[in-house]
Amino acid sequence: MRITFAGNYHELSFKYKSVMLSINDLRASIEGKEILKGINLEVKPGEVHAIMGPNGSGKSTLASVLAGREEYEVTGGNVVFDGKQILELAPEERAAEGIFLAFQYPVEIPGVTTINFLKTAVNEIRKYKGESPLDAAQFLKMVREKAKLVSMNDSLLKRALNEGFSGGEKKRNEIFQMAVLEPKLAILDETDSGLDIDALRIVAEGVNSLRSPERSTIVVTHYQRLLDYIVPDYVHVLYKGRIVKSGPKELALELEEKGYDWIKAEVEAVG
Amino acid sequence: MSTETNLKTRLITDFHAREAVMNGEASSEFHQKKRAGLAQFEQLGFPTIKHEEWKYSNVRDLISVSYDFNADSSIGLAELEDLKVPAQEANILYFVNGRYNAELSTIISPVEKVTISALSEAYKNDPAKVASHFNELTKDAEDAFTALNTAFTQDGVFIHIPDNQSVEHPIILRFVSDAREKNVGSQPRNIISVGKNAHVKLAEAFRTLGEQRSFTNAVTEIHVAEEANVQYYKVQNESDNAYHVGTTQVRMLDRSHFYAGTVTLNGKFTRNNLNIVLDGEHCDAHMYGLYFPDGSQHVDNHTVADHQKPNSESNELYKGILRDKSKGVFNGKIFVRPDAQKTNAFQSCKNIVLSPDATMNTKPQLEIFADDVKCSHGTTTGQIDEEALFYMRSRGISQPEAMSLLMFAFCADVVQQIKIDSIREYLENVITQKLASK
Ligand SMILES: Nc1ncnc2c1ncn2[C@@H]1O[C@H](COP(=O)(O)OP(=O)(O)O)[C@@H](O)[C@H]1O
Ligand SMILES: [Mg+2]
Repeated sequence: MRITFAGNYHELSFKYKSVMLSINDLRASIEGKEILKGINLEVKPGEVHAIMGPNGSGKSTLASVLAGREEYEVTGGNVVFDGKQILELAPEERAAEGIFLAFQYPVEIPGVTTINFLKTAVNEIRKYKGESPLDAAQFLKMVREKAKLVSMNDSLLKRALNEGFSGGEKKRNEIFQMAVLEPKLAILDETDSGLDIDALRIVAEGVNSLRSPERSTIVVTHYQRLLDYIVPDYVHVLYKGRIVKSGPKELALELEEKGYDWIKAEVEAVG
Repeated sequence: MSTETNLKTRLITDFHAREAVMNGEASSEFHQKKRAGLAQFEQLGFPTIKHEEWKYSNVRDLISVSYDFNADSSIGLAELEDLKVPAQEANILYFVNGRYNAELSTIISPVEKVTISALSEAYKNDPAKVASHFNELTKDAEDAFTALNTAFTQDGVFIHIPDNQSVEHPIILRFVSDAREKNVGSQPRNIISVGKNAHVKLAEAFRTLGEQRSFTNAVTEIHVAEEANVQYYKVQNESDNAYHVGTTQVRMLDRSHFYAGTVTLNGKFTRNNLNIVLDGEHCDAHMYGLYFPDGSQHVDNHTVADHQKPNSESNELYKGILRDKSKGVFNGKIFVRPDAQKTNAFQSCKNIVLSPDATMNTKPQLEIFADDVKCSHGTTTGQIDEEALFYMRSRGISQPEAMSLLMFAFCADVVQQIKIDSIREYLENVITQKLASK
């Protein structure tokens, strides 16, 4: 009996280990309007998934629901992350479990410096995990290293969070924060929009340098451009709140070439 | 007889009783001013909410009981420790129940640089000088509490800084109400005269000991001569049973600079009047304020920037965080007199209301009689920024921690204006605790 039990246990944990994120028939609405209409997606450790799709199809909504934004009402389905049901967790608990969302529109927070904000975040996460806080020197050393990774200027760190930052600086700051927090799952929501080619390359290098067999990435974008730098394992097309097509990285090229109309047509044809 | 007439009558009777035993002093200039104050108080009476300036601040509760205005106190350093007032190398003057306590006080600045003394002592030494400054700036005030203070002035501080002197150490006035045994009242009067091109940092700190009621009716007159630079802070951290009405009246001359910071951390009922007359050219006046009422506390800030001469600037920023069933009032008046061309006057009042039962009344009031002026004003009253909150939480910062970071940040631009280090650090600590407590 005991052996059987142990076997089951291993099987179970093996199953969870082999899947980082499992989204099952996820439905969500805002102000009574259903935006996500049954999303299914499985992401394994180390994988990069791209989610593409026309504006308004629900990409940011999906990203926000995964990060725990409370305005959205989850009306069905479940999400398992690293073996845990996460829909009941607060945003800060999800962050501490290892989910990171790089915002499409990073928020400006006057009066809170980037460095102080991050120090609080790092130590709150450490507290959640039962670890002792980093002291000022340890923290600064770590932050300096990560800042180099995305060519973040020291002076930006001392300024109020995102306040008066250019679009590019804000996006870079998102990737910098990601580098500091070292999440298991990073969700990048349109991190490429508003970036010139040099900034895009820096951001992509930052993301790639964090890639590892244990970490997964979901890249939300509606341009193929970013995917030249962050090469995905899978590409999914989100349209009207559903994933209507999935394929290898070549699908992104096809979309770039032909646009979304053929997919829309396919969807309408199926009804 | 209503309680209001009770307190009023009692005060008037008290005045006459004291006067009867004054002998020759009753005919002095000083006493004549007090008598005029009494007459004005008698005529005005305590304001009701029908009075335009008191529309949102009802003093009914304040005047519903009696206070001992001559209460003795055995307070010593040990009890003051409990109040955890910040220490730093400074001139520190203690006033307990309105009276100067020399034993507790320390004056370290050299007399060539500054005369600091209790008003009562200054008057003994130089009655003519004190009498001439007394009520000079407030004489036209149509305010019952100011008149009452004038009538009952006994003590407070008298500070004179000669021309061209820069006072290195701040001057901190600590007003302690010892309400451990009974309801106590005090009416401190401070007269501060800053000479030409003199520099000074001053603070008034108000604390209460004990659970009984305290009523403080404070008046401070500040003369700011040409090119002087004055930093003046008022910090209130009194008990939940403390009633406070205070007026600070300032007159600025040419090319002078005046900075005021008014922070109300705690108190049952607070009304601060800050009136600045810019009676000179190329002056700049700065007014910063911060308040954190909770429970059923009430904080009212009335400010006046009265531009009388051309080319001056006033700049005002008040901020508040209101919880529970608390009430806040802000009334900011800007006058630009006909002569005051090229005035710049800015005013802003921002509030975060954290509870549906808390209310904030804001009223900017601009009266502009000159045509070449730049004025702006704005008030906002809102909740915590939900986007910012989610952003912080998505990085792992817990909801309460994110709230307190955001609120602390909201206060930061006012706190940073406090240029006496020990007081700024004290505020940072108390504010952090306050924000974390709920
Ligand atoms: N806070 C909101 N309130 C109302 N509607 C919203 C809100 N957020 C998103 N929506 C709606 O949900 C749909 C999907 O939006 P979004 O997820 O931002 O799409 P995408 O990121 O794919 O462009 C759109 O129709 C949008 O108008
Ligand atoms: Mg989007």
